[in-house]
Amino acid sequence: MVKVGIPRGLFYYYYGNIWKHFFKFLKIPYIISPNTNKDIMNRGLKYSNDEMCLAFKTYLGHAAYLQDKCDYLLVPRIDNFKQDNQTCTNFLSAYDIIHNTFEVKVLNYNIDLEHGEALKKGLIKIGKELGFDKQKIHQAYRYAMKKNEEDKQREITINLNKLKSTKTKILLVSHPYNTYDDLIGKEIIKYLKQNDVEIIYSDKFDEKITNKLSLNLSKDLYFKYSRDNVGSIIYAKDKIDGVIFLSAFPCGPDSLVNELVMRKIKIPHINLVLDDTSSFTGTETRLESFIDVLRGLNHD
Amino acid sequence: MTKIAYPLMGDYHVPAKFLLSHILNAEIISPPPITNKTIELGTKYSPEFVCTPFKYTLGTMIESIEKGANALIQMGGGCRYGYYAEVQEQILKDLGYDVTLINLVTKGKTDFRRIVREFKKIDKHFSLLKALYYGFITVKMVKYMDTIDDYIRENIGFELEAGSFEALKFKMLRDFGKVDSYHELYKKYKYYLKEFAKVKIHKPDNCLKIGIIGELYTVMEPFSNYFLEKELAQNHIEIKRFTNAHYLLFEKTWAIKRYLKDMKPYIKYQMGADASDNIARTKYLCEAGYDGIIHIKSSFCTPEIGAMPIINKIAGQYEKPVIFFSFDANTSETGIKTRLEAFYDMLEMRRGK
Repeated sequence: MVKVGIPRGLFYYYYGNIWKHFFKFLKIPYIISPNTNKDIMNRGLKYSNDEMCLAFKTYLGHAAYLQDKCDYLLVPRIDNFKQDNQTCTNFLSAYDIIHNTFEVKVLNYNIDLEHGEALKKGLIKIGKELGFDKQKIHQAYRYAMKKNEEDKQREITINLNKLKSTKTKILLVSHPYNTYDDLIGKEIIKYLKQNDVEIIYSDKFDEKITNKLSLNLSKDLYFKYSRDNVGSIIYAKDKIDGVIFLSAFPCGPDSLVNELVMRKIKIPHINLVLDDTSSFTGTETRLESFIDVLRGLNHD
Repeated sequence: MTKIAYPLMGDYHVPAKFLLSHILNAEIISPPPITNKTIELGTKYSPEFVCTPFKYTLGTMIESIEKGANALIQMGGGCRYGYYAEVQEQILKDLGYDVTLINLVTKGKTDFRRIVREFKKIDKHFSLLKALYYGFITVKMVKYMDTIDDYIRENIGFELEAGSFEALKFKMLRDFGKVDSYHELYKKYKYYLKEFAKVKIHKPDNCLKIGIIGELYTVMEPFSNYFLEKELAQNHIEIKRFTNAHYLLFEKTWAIKRYLKDMKPYIKYQMGADASDNIARTKYLCEAGYDGIIHIKSSFCTPEIGAMPIINKIAGQYEKPVIFFSFDANTSETGIKTRLEAFYDMLEMRRGK
């Protein structure tokens, strides 16, 4: 039986859950690369160009880790969710870069709603490539979507309940592949939790609501994941004490979107930009003073 | 009265000014040419790690405002370029300038309805018919300029009398800006085609040939690539460049399909902005017998960064030298020169073998 490798980066944080359920239902063995560590980071640096964004460098590291441990790598391409919801160009080019950099075969599908390429079509294509019949794949797809929806709703409820907390509440505005990455967001989350801060995650909102809300801050914004993030700020703005913008250096959409949002919102905020040479000590100092400022505002 | 200004890129300020002055009842402010001050201003007020065209255009905007402009035009492309306008408008507002930004694109794509709406806001008597007529002339002007530019690029390195091409081009642009009908433009174009053919050149059959590919703004605005083409011409090299305004506006949509077909063993999808185009051009340059490839881009241009490993791979397979330049506001000019010199020394040595 063939084994599918899933790099733990970028797409994984949006679709990993669906993939896992899909492959489990079809009983396809799969391997997910471990949490990002120094070894994976170094592999990524070896294969990447020095101007690539930190998240993409680690993604290449994950792919490099998996290249001799599986038969197929799963690397989709996400172009757009209709014209006003496009993605960063790294999401467009990941498949072609991986395909040209590594020897391993790549399982691939394309999401391009403007041209009728949707997730369902993509997963069916993958199922067929792995030799399953249509009916079984459809079942697996429905199962995976249902499970994923349940998991997502649960996470959203937990996240929204945090807005009622009496602790200092901070909205962490960041892409999930940065937030939950061990070398990027983990230390920050750990530090905030130690300091008794309630963290609200910008990616765990109902995207149908936040995506539209983003229009209040920016009319022309057309990056899907940035729109979801921006919308979450508007959704939560009266219930939170501060906002932390976290991005990977040099993220294309964030460089403009975060700049615009920071100029427009009136909530206290800081902007953290991490690259492969950042040390946590510097970040820690900034987080410490930010929390102090927020608490000072609350108690006066 | 509205005083309108536009961003600068290469020589395209001539058709831009021509079009605006004919279709809008507004004062047209010509932005001052790009200088070191422009990029300094732009860098000062730009976000930290944005790509360089943002800084150049922002700098030009501020300089235009100082010249009296109160409405600024911004365009867009298939990457974050399409989102420049809104951020730049906010930056200018925070600086205390009272200006409107006229964004000609929606979600990264040229939007004609929006253009008409925006122009109607400026000029109540804006006539679509007139705009279409002058738009047609402008498109032709761009096409003619690009054709002549291609000829110049092939031959400027071999002119007998230094500066003759540039002087003639200067005259041509001045004349193009003054035309009033398509017929007149066509006559001027034919005249200058003959004039350019008359310029004396001495071109050896085995001259070095280099192809320039890369990110569109850096390729088209000579100031932002530290006058790379001029530098190459001084070393008697024939230059081939693909990206120009006519290509981006009209040919790209069709070309990209052909490119993707050609490039099947390497790439499957469009990789954003001009990345896939440049990969296809790399293969073309390798097969067409060019001596080397120069890839230029502004710092942090994400689509081109993605294209670079694949370009490198293709050039490696064809054993063609390729050199990458990433330009920023504070790139050292000496560094560029040294690397370029080493590059064509190497090309000449390969020729000698």
